Amino acid sequence: MIEVQHIVKSFHDKTVLKDISATFESGKTNLIIGQSGSGKTVLMKSTIGIHQVDKGKILYDGRDITKLRTKEMIALRKEIGMLFQGSALFDSMTVEENVRFPLEMFSDKTRDEWEARVKFCLQRVGLDHAAKLYPSEISGGMQKRAAIARAIVLEPTYLFCDEPNSGLDPKTSLTIDQLIQEITRENNITTIVNTHDMNSVMEIGDKIIFIHQGEKSWEGDKDSIFDSNNEHLNNLVFASNLFKKVKQYHKK
Amino acid sequence: MNILEHIGRYAELMKEVFKKPQRWRLLGKQYIKEVEKLGVDSLGIVIIISIFIGAVITMQMVLNTENPLLPDYVTGLTTRDTLLLEFSSTILCLILAGKVGSNIASEIGTMRITEQIDALKIMGVNAPNYLILPKILGMVSIIPVLVIFSMFVGILGGYLISFSGIISPAKYVMGIQYAFNPYYVTYSIIKSLFFGYVISSVASYYGYYAYGGALDVGKASTNAVVNSSIIILLLNVLLTDLLLV
Repeated sequence: MIEVQHIVKSFHDKTVLKDISATFESGKTNLIIGQSGSGKTVLMKSTIGIHQVDKGKILYDGRDITKLRTKEMIALRKEIGMLFQGSALFDSMTVEENVRFPLEMFSDKTRDEWEARVKFCLQRVGLDHAAKLYPSEISGGMQKRAAIARAIVLEPTYLFCDEPNSGLDPKTSLTIDQLIQEITRENNITTIVNTHDMNSVMEIGDKIIFIHQGEKSWEGDKDSIFDSNNEHLNNLVFASNLFKKVKQYHKK
Repeated sequence: MNILEHIGRYAELMKEVFKKPQRWRLLGKQYIKEVEKLGVDSLGIVIIISIFIGAVITMQMVLNTENPLLPDYVTGLTTRDTLLLEFSSTILCLILAGKVGSNIASEIGTMRITEQIDALKIMGVNAPNYLILPKILGMVSIIPVLVIFSMFVGILGGYLISFSGIISPAKYVMGIQYAFNPYYVTYSIIKSLFFGYVISSVASYYGYYAYGGALDVGKASTNAVVNSSIIILLLNVLLTDLLLV
């Protein structure tokens, strides 16, 4: 479980996060949603520790990362997996080498155990046939799946996904969403997904936090979102005709 | 950003680069890759440039030493010393600053803008140490080999052009053997070690702090080449004063 307590983050004179508190539970896909520029990416990066917060606490199962020493932070990072918006696979390595890299860097297991783990992760994301290919030789959806395999290879306790569906078609997006949710539940991971894809919200939103102008404006799940009276949330989630109709249908 | 800020940020980066590697085995693996990429892959251009420059220097020396008071072997001697003292270390390193420097800056810059460096950091990897240290070690260890190679090939270029009839090959060979001072080779190798460090570290610095898009990676690459070339020229004066004069 990850808890953020009263965090404030400013860049120069602009306060981007204004006293945000939230709890991200383990075994659930926790979504951070909001319009572009609302501060959701800053919230995620602050939670991971890429940005240092000005005020507040960030607790990883009780460990406050704002007070951890560099060595303790490096140790904690081994428990974190991250899926980047652009996948961020290493170009010079094959899919298999990308997935193996965290093991080579941090694992004390034997080479045979590495290989077995790499094979398992690639099979889990359905990419065992593409192990020897380079990232430039596979599609965007396959790159995302390879990045998921790399993110879970060290069996993380915490998984962060930044816009996992960006640039993907709806069907591939659904596959990625389902994969993230399945892995989260199978391994009881605390997963935080930063998204503005409303299909994802409806599909995997076990817990949803809506950020508006740097403040937490609403909190709930994919079912309670239909009953929300939050104007800003409704403007975002039900902006398209499709979702307006879904809401009307839900009310009936 | 002013020059002092650049120096400060460069020093901070180098502090991270020279920390103890997290995995020595991975450093070894990366080092071998870098030696191949930065050194072995540069052999072709080193051979082509050195052989032609060696030939041209010989032709120019023939013209400039056409004097009955000067012995014929002077052409070989001056060609050899020009290659040993300046071309095969400084000029060659300036050329490598263009080829290798732009390669390093664009590679690391692309990794920066595509979040690959962020991915390393989030995994808990010391990204400067993992990415830059093998490049610096690779470049510093392979550059003396390239310099010595360039010296041989440059002198060979002069020898080959002597068959065109501008100078007797025997006189050329006599010239390149006459009054040979082995310290010139040492001097060139010492200079090249410094230049190798400058090329790899300055290019890595500009790549590492690249931000934005493809255009910015191009700018980082250009800045890397321009600035490492200027530093090489300044260091050349300083090292020559310290080691030769």
